[in-house]
Amino acid sequence: MSRVDVKKRFAPIQGEAAQRAEEKKTDGIPTIYIVMSTCGLASGAAETKQAFEQELALKSIEARIVSVGCLGHCYAEPLVIIDHPASGFPPICYYQINESRVRTLVKSYLELGDPVLKYVLGAMEANDLLPTVMDFPRFNLEQRLVMEQCGRIDPDDIYQYIAEGGYSGLVKALGSDPEEVISEIETSGLRGRGGAGFPTGRKWRIARDVETDGRIVICNADEGDPGAYMDRTILESNPHQLLEGLAICAYGVGADKAIIYVRAEYPLAVKTMKQAIQSGKELTLLGTSILGTSFTLDVSVFQGSGAFVCGEETALIQSIEGRRGMPQHRPPYPVEKGLWGRSTIVNNVKTLSSVPSIIEKGAEWFRAIGTASSPGTAIFSVVGNVKHPGLVEIAMGTSLRTLIFDVCGGIPKKKGFKAVQIGGPSGGCLPESFLDTPIDFDSLTEAGAMMGSGGMVVMDEDSCMVDVARYFLDFTQKESCGKCTFCRIGTRHLLNILDRITKGEGQEEDLELLQTLSEDIKNGSLCGLGKTAPNPVLTSLKYFFEEYEAHVKEKRCPALKCRPLTAYYIDLEKCARGCDVCVGCCPVEAIFTTTGRKKAIDQELCVKCGECMVVCPPEYDAVEKVSPPELAPIIERVPEEKSASN
Amino acid sequence: MTTPELAGEERAMVEEITAMLPLFEKSRGNLIPILQSIQEKHAYLSGAAMEMVAEHLSISPSEVYGVATFYNQFRFHPPGKHQFKVCLGTACHVAGGDIILENFERKLGIKDGETTPDREYSIERVACVGCCALAPVAVVDDTVEGHIQPSRVEGIFVQFQVEREREEREKAERESGE
Repeated sequence: MSRVDVKKRFAPIQGEAAQRAEEKKTDGIPTIYIVMSTCGLASGAAETKQAFEQELALKSIEARIVSVGCLGHCYAEPLVIIDHPASGFPPICYYQINESRVRTLVKSYLELGDPVLKYVLGAMEANDLLPTVMDFPRFNLEQRLVMEQCGRIDPDDIYQYIAEGGYSGLVKALGSDPEEVISEIETSGLRGRGGAGFPTGRKWRIARDVETDGRIVICNADEGDPGAYMDRTILESNPHQLLEGLAICAYGVGADKAIIYVRAEYPLAVKTMKQAIQSGKELTLLGTSILGTSFTLDVSVFQGSGAFVCGEETALIQSIEGRRGMPQHRPPYPVEKGLWGRSTIVNNVKTLSSVPSIIEKGAEWFRAIGTASSPGTAIFSVVGNVKHPGLVEIAMGTSLRTLIFDVCGGIPKKKGFKAVQIGGPSGGCLPESFLDTPIDFDSLTEAGAMMGSGGMVVMDEDSCMVDVARYFLDFTQKESCGKCTFCRIGTRHLLNILDRITKGEGQEEDLELLQTLSEDIKNGSLCGLGKTAPNPVLTSLKYFFEEYEAHVKEKRCPALKCRPLTAYYIDLEKCARGCDVCVGCCPVEAIFTTTGRKKAIDQELCVKCGECMVVCPPEYDAVEKVSPPELAPIIERVPEEKSASN
Repeated sequence: MTTPELAGEERAMVEEITAMLPLFEKSRGNLIPILQSIQEKHAYLSGAAMEMVAEHLSISPSEVYGVATFYNQFRFHPPGKHQFKVCLGTACHVAGGDIILENFERKLGIKDGETTPDREYSIERVACVGCCALAPVAVVDDTVEGHIQPSRVEGIFVQFQVEREREEREKAERESGE
């Protein structure tokens, strides 16, 4: 089938999409877009939507309500975009829209045409009336390639994706030779976004050249890092972009089967994906004889059952085959002999989602973004102590400083920056001196962290590095599949040592043991999990050694984080007579009244939850936290009071 | 602990699984999807359920048990009527998620992964629910509670208590009405 024919087949579909989009623009009915991905729902987007429906019905106002995916601005959820052409304003993005704000918006804006400026985040398009969201650093420093349409289109409506230029990459690919598709990806320099950064084009080439009785493409959406959720967002917000990339990949390598491996913990992503596959099939963009060509692709969803190690491709394949997800020796690599003995190409969500625009706009366009060795963009979920947490897509080569301080607003509450943890349990903690490191595969690995899953946790001066290392070790130790002795037993021992140190029972020789054991685990493990599990320990030892020393030698936690090494007490000078707030909030009744109706903490009972410190009125600010715990003055409970409270 | 209630429940479960299994082709690759659909319906995998799956796929029960226990998704005890899932992802940990978990554990006298003897409540720790911006987070039944404080834990129980009392009162009223 020639190039013209594919285009001809696609033209009516595109026409239909354009017509639907045009109708929406010209019929004058306002459209309300509500961000309804998992994080939006957690912030109350479902209630917001319901409130809009009720309010519109009550006032008999005609408007379309569209559920869209995530914009990545988690700090401002629930987000709502209202496109009200009759008002003369451009589409406006509103933040933190709860039920009462809904009523105000419907009355003032939809009914009376006043856009309620105090709830406005910004306009979505350039105009003369309102500042646009593009004027904020959060928007204009970002460069969105993969997430461009996320939160702007309805993930369940394939026509909206097509109206925005979707599936034309696939049409272009189908009109050319598979060989050309692979060389375009090779020239683009695209590297696997799953963490290791293997050149995607080379992987495809190997798969194409291998002799096999059938090829399978697997999209790895087994996002197991506790703190990264960009893959989920992409699946929930723009599933068709991924499907298009998947189809292009399958066409290039010559596969007829594709599997999307999604965590079962992401029910909304699973549902959205299944729905998207169905609508793709209906328009012959997936399934049998795609757009009338001889190319056929059967796409299915496999739900992963939650095992971090299944992010590793051989373990992932084991789990699809119905076995324990344990990594296998390579070679043979999955591209040679993978799922059910066939050649298997495993690509990450972000990798495949980058493919359509590369094919459509060309390798040169892609190479112009990012750095020479890591072209394109990187997506991070920036969480922890930053003002504007959320998903951020930036060009490779941007510095960590720009990302944390300019895009995400820096550290809240006027606290100091201490460290940034990049790459989740496989990554490392970098101190302030690394803030000017450019973000790309090679620079981060060189610094001791890694791109990994794209999880990024920013920590202020109140975070304890030993505790953070212990946290990640606790995670990897539980997730170790148990195949390699060093990983199975070694991580357990590392964790025991770190547990000891955070309890104030550490010995000086522990610090050296941590270092050597970590190196042994790296050398003695088969897969990426074991090879990278000690990274959080190694980097924190390297850059924050004095904190380990304080824990071990002085039994003190400088950040006041490790609970066995801290204590709370109430400063009697500051405590107000007759104020009972702390007594009421204490979950273990450890706070009692002492002389002069002031309050004191029973150190024996205190569980150090810190609630009293939170509730103590700021004008008194009487609760103090100290480390080591011996610094807290001991105030005895008067015996009869003790029996009275019991 | 085989209470009469539980035994009846397991019998019903066996019947339903017997009806469901033939829908799945007897291939090893179906093992995880079968276990998932059993758990989706019955909230946990009983020993009998796993034995039935083993028989259907002609593999040993220990194989099935081995696979099921490998993955975090599968549960082997019936959960409580109200489920608390405390997020211990990175952001929640930094924000003190472990303190929240402890509060639930102390309040109920059970550890994470356990159910209270009256099967009213169960606690689970989860790796990440994906709303890190709201840390610390706990999922109470199906509602995500963001920025949760130790005192809020207390509040949740008070809420359930009030609800239960109201239900009992209504039930008593209905019965006396009849």
